[in-house]
Amino acid sequence: MKEHGFSSGIRAGASIAIGYFPVALTFGLLAKTTGLSLIEATAMSIFVFAGAAQYISLSLITAGVLPALIVVNTFIVNIRHFLMTAALNEKMEPAARWKKALYAFGITDETFTVLATQPGHKIRTSFAAGVIVISYGSWVLFTALGHLIGASLPAFLQASMSIALYAMFVGLLVPSMKGNRKVVSLALIAALFNSLFFFTGWLSTGWAIMVSTLASAIIIELISRKGVAA
Amino acid sequence: MGAWIWWMIFGMAIVTYIPRAIPLTFLEGRELPEVVQNVLRNIPYAVLGALIFPAVFFIQENIWFGVIGVASAFAIAIAGANVIFVILGTIAILSIYGLWFG
Repeated sequence: MKEHGFSSGIRAGASIAIGYFPVALTFGLLAKTTGLSLIEATAMSIFVFAGAAQYISLSLITAGVLPALIVVNTFIVNIRHFLMTAALNEKMEPAARWKKALYAFGITDETFTVLATQPGHKIRTSFAAGVIVISYGSWVLFTALGHLIGASLPAFLQASMSIALYAMFVGLLVPSMKGNRKVVSLALIAALFNSLFFFTGWLSTGWAIMVSTLASAIIIELISRKGVAA
Repeated sequence: MGAWIWWMIFGMAIVTYIPRAIPLTFLEGRELPEVVQNVLRNIPYAVLGALIFPAVFFIQENIWFGVIGVASAFAIAIAGANVIFVILGTIAILSIYGLWFG
């Protein structure tokens, strides 16, 4: 039972740790210029661990928005995780509720995609723990470092590293796409919906990702049941 | 920043944790209807599509960073490389592009 345990999880999560490096470093830097102390910025990454929501909170603080409204906005941005953890639950091995309550804290867009695209049937709790520990470690450590150094990477590296998480998403998607029209359609339709919401401004980012994902998943399910696709 | 920032962090922590924890704990040991299970199984691939597009085009002011980056990532991944090499290869290509044309 050594297979696909904690250390495999660490290896699978290394991609996320690399991708979080520039994002967390920049968050630390921006938090500093927003006026947060090292302790406050690091505490936010320790307790919240949500990239998009943390970035938005900084711009809202600068804009002088009420803290209570920032909390409400955080909830709205994170509503999409209801959908992701419901989907992840189907992939995870059965485990005691307290264990699931514990690792639930570490489910981000990135840890979700790495876990949910693992080949094979059920994912072990220890594997999820490995993915989360290395991702969370990177997020917290580089937030603090970004604040301490107070500068970002050299411009060309900062620019090129901003692709890291997207390259990871592509790297996770492509192996499942090969020879699988259903996977290609799922990604494509969600991408089109999300682009529509983005360019028309009909939905904010958090909602847009959730609605386009759900719409694509339902549409493809309806089509494939009629036996048209895949 | 004062005490309010700690209340805000506390509030943000709670509302971020709720959507992560409720489905995982509440659905433990429950069998969902098959149609719901099928839709949930589709979610990861749909999420990836929505997370990549259109955001990848706006990672830098120069849209070509995103265009070249995502095209390189697809090319490297289709060639069969491991996720970590997709990331490092794409960063390398964009670094070269950035140094020459950035």
